[in-house]
Amino acid sequence: MSTVPLTLQARSPMKALPWAVPVALLLFALPQAIDPYKTILLAYGLVMGIAALGFNLLLGYTGLLSFGHSAYFGVGAYAVALIFKYFHVRSMELFLLGAILASLVVSALFGFVCVRYTRIFFGILTLALSQVLWSLAFKFYPITGGTDGLRVPTPTLLGLPLDTAGDKILFLARNYYYYVLGFFFACVLVMWVIVNSPFGKALQAIRDNETRAEFVGIHIRRYRFVAFLVSGVFTGIAGALWVPLNGLTTPDILYWPFSGEIVFMTVLGGFRTFSGPIFGAVVFNYLKTSAVGFTTYWQALLGAILVFLVLALPGGIVGTVVQLFPMLKKRFSR
Amino acid sequence: MDILVIHLFNALLYASVLFLIAGGLSLIYGVMRIVNLAHGNLYAFGAYVTAWVVGQALAGAHPVILYLLLPAGAFAAALLGAILEPTLLRPFYRRAEEYQLLVTFGLLMILEDLMRFFWGPYPLTATSLFEKMGSLKIGESVYPRYNLLVISIGVLAAGFLWAFVYKTRFGVVLRATSQDMRRASAMGVNVNRVYIQAFTIGCFMAGLGGAIVVPGQSAVLGMGVDALVLAFVVVVVGGLGSLEGALVGALIVGIVREFGVSVFPEVELAVLYLIAVVVLLVRPAGLFGRTA
Repeated sequence: MSTVPLTLQARSPMKALPWAVPVALLLFALPQAIDPYKTILLAYGLVMGIAALGFNLLLGYTGLLSFGHSAYFGVGAYAVALIFKYFHVRSMELFLLGAILASLVVSALFGFVCVRYTRIFFGILTLALSQVLWSLAFKFYPITGGTDGLRVPTPTLLGLPLDTAGDKILFLARNYYYYVLGFFFACVLVMWVIVNSPFGKALQAIRDNETRAEFVGIHIRRYRFVAFLVSGVFTGIAGALWVPLNGLTTPDILYWPFSGEIVFMTVLGGFRTFSGPIFGAVVFNYLKTSAVGFTTYWQALLGAILVFLVLALPGGIVGTVVQLFPMLKKRFSR
Repeated sequence: MDILVIHLFNALLYASVLFLIAGGLSLIYGVMRIVNLAHGNLYAFGAYVTAWVVGQALAGAHPVILYLLLPAGAFAAALLGAILEPTLLRPFYRRAEEYQLLVTFGLLMILEDLMRFFWGPYPLTATSLFEKMGSLKIGESVYPRYNLLVISIGVLAAGFLWAFVYKTRFGVVLRATSQDMRRASAMGVNVNRVYIQAFTIGCFMAGLGGAIVVPGQSAVLGMGVDALVLAFVVVVVGGLGSLEGALVGALIVGIVREFGVSVFPEVELAVLYLIAVVVLLVRPAGLFGRTA
C-alpha cells in the first residue's frame, strides 16, 4: 500500500502530449493494419474504456467503490434498444441522446440515495440498486424480452446512409470503429478537463480527507452527487456505444458480476492513474477473449489474475509502470 | 385456510435457508469486518458436495445413512473456509475495504469454475432424499415432509448459534473480538484463531444451507451468485454483523418473497431490493445493527 503513490499527478496537457499523440495516431492507423475481427475487439475495448474512465471518477478520484455500475451501462444499452423498438429510430446520435438522458435520470435517482454513504455501505447500496434494474429487465418479458434480450440492427451514423453494402463486419470494423474512436477521444478529453478542474481537485480532497475538505468549505455530498452523475453518464454512453457492436442487449449487462468486471478492468490498469482504466479495459477485453478461447475455465484464470493483482500489484499495469519508470531512469543515468 | 398454511410453510422454508446463508455472512462481517463476495459460492459448494456424496452412496445404502450424509456439504464448506481464511484473506485485514471486496470477487470467479471443473456444467441432484420422505396432508392439499425437515434444521441452527454466541466461553471471546479487536488482543485473545474459527463457522452455515436445499432443488452453476444478492438484502435489512438481524431479515425476505411470487410476480425481486434500499435510507445500520 505504502509503495503506491497516493496522489494522481496533475500534469499539464503539454506533458501528456508526447505519449498521447502517438497512442492516438496508433489507434487511428491500426484498423488499416489488423484484420476486421481484431479491430472490432479493439472497439469493444475502447467502449469499455469509456465505462472504466467514468467508473474511476468515483473510485480513483472520489474514493467511492461502486459495485453497481452495470446499472448505468445497462440503462444506456436498454435505452438504445427500447428507442429502436418503440420509435423505430436508427440514428446513432438519437440513440446516444436517449442513452445520455436515461442514464442521467437513473444516476440522479440512484446517486441521490447512494452519496449519503461511503465505503462498504456505498458498495452494497449501489449493488442492491443495480439489481432492481436487473430484476425488472429480467422479468418484464413483453417490454425487455427477458433473457432473450432485444435485437438492435446496425444504426445509421451522422445521418449518412450505410455505405458498406450491408457487410456488417466491415461496417463495424471501419465506419463504426472510427465513430467509437471519435467518442472515445471526446470522452477522454472531457474527463481530463474534469479531473484537472477545481471540481476534480475538490473530489480528490474529499477522497484524501473528508473532514478537512469540509472545513475548507467543500459541500461534500453535492460534489459526490455531481461526480456520481458524471460517472453514470459516461458509463451510459459506453453502454449505448456497445449495443451496435453486440447487436443484442440482454439482462447480463445489468447483473452484478458485470459491475465486478468494470471494477476488475479499472484495477487491472491502475485506478490511481488517469490512463490506467483505459489500458485496463482494452487489456481486459483481449485477456477475456483469449482466455475464453483458450480454456473453459477462463473465469478461474481471470479470478486468479485479480487475486494476484490485488496481492502483488495494487497499482495495476499503469501504476506499476509509472512507479518503475523513475527507478529505471535512475539506474540508466548512473 | 390450508393454502395460507402452505404459503406460511414456504415462507419459513425460504427464510430458514436464507438465514443460514445470511447469518454466516453477517457473523463473518461482525467479527472480521469483511464482506465476503464469495460467500454465496460456499453455499453452492455445500450443495454440490452433498448432492455428489449422496449420489455416490445411493446404490444400496440404507436410507438412514443417506440422511446422515446430508451435512457432508456443510463440513466440506467449513473445511474450505478454514483453508481460505489464513491463505487468502489474512493478508488483507490491514488494507482498505476495497481490496477485500476485490480479492473476494476474484475468489468468487475461481470457486465458480472449480465447481464447474469438478462436477461439470450440468445440474446435480439428490432428489431421492426429497421423495423418500413422502408428503403430508394439510386439509385438502399435500405438502412435502422434507420441507418441514429443512424448516426444523433452520430453527435448530438458529437456536444452536444463539446458545453458542451468548452462552459459551467461546461466544464471549467472539463477541469481545467483534466489539474491539485490539483490546481483546491485549486481554490475551488469540485474534488470528478467533478469525479462523468465525470464518469457518460462517462457511459451515452457508454450506449447511446449500446441503439442505439440494434435495428439494438441485445444485446448479450460478446458484451462489444468485443467493449472495438475496443474502445481502437480508443483512442490509437486519443489520450487517447482527445475528438477530439476519433472522428477522430472513423472515421478512421469506414472507415478502412467498407472497410476492403469488401476488406481484413481475416485481417480486425488485420489491425485495427496494426494501433493502428503504431500510438503508431510514436506518442505515439496519433494523438491528449497531450504528456504524
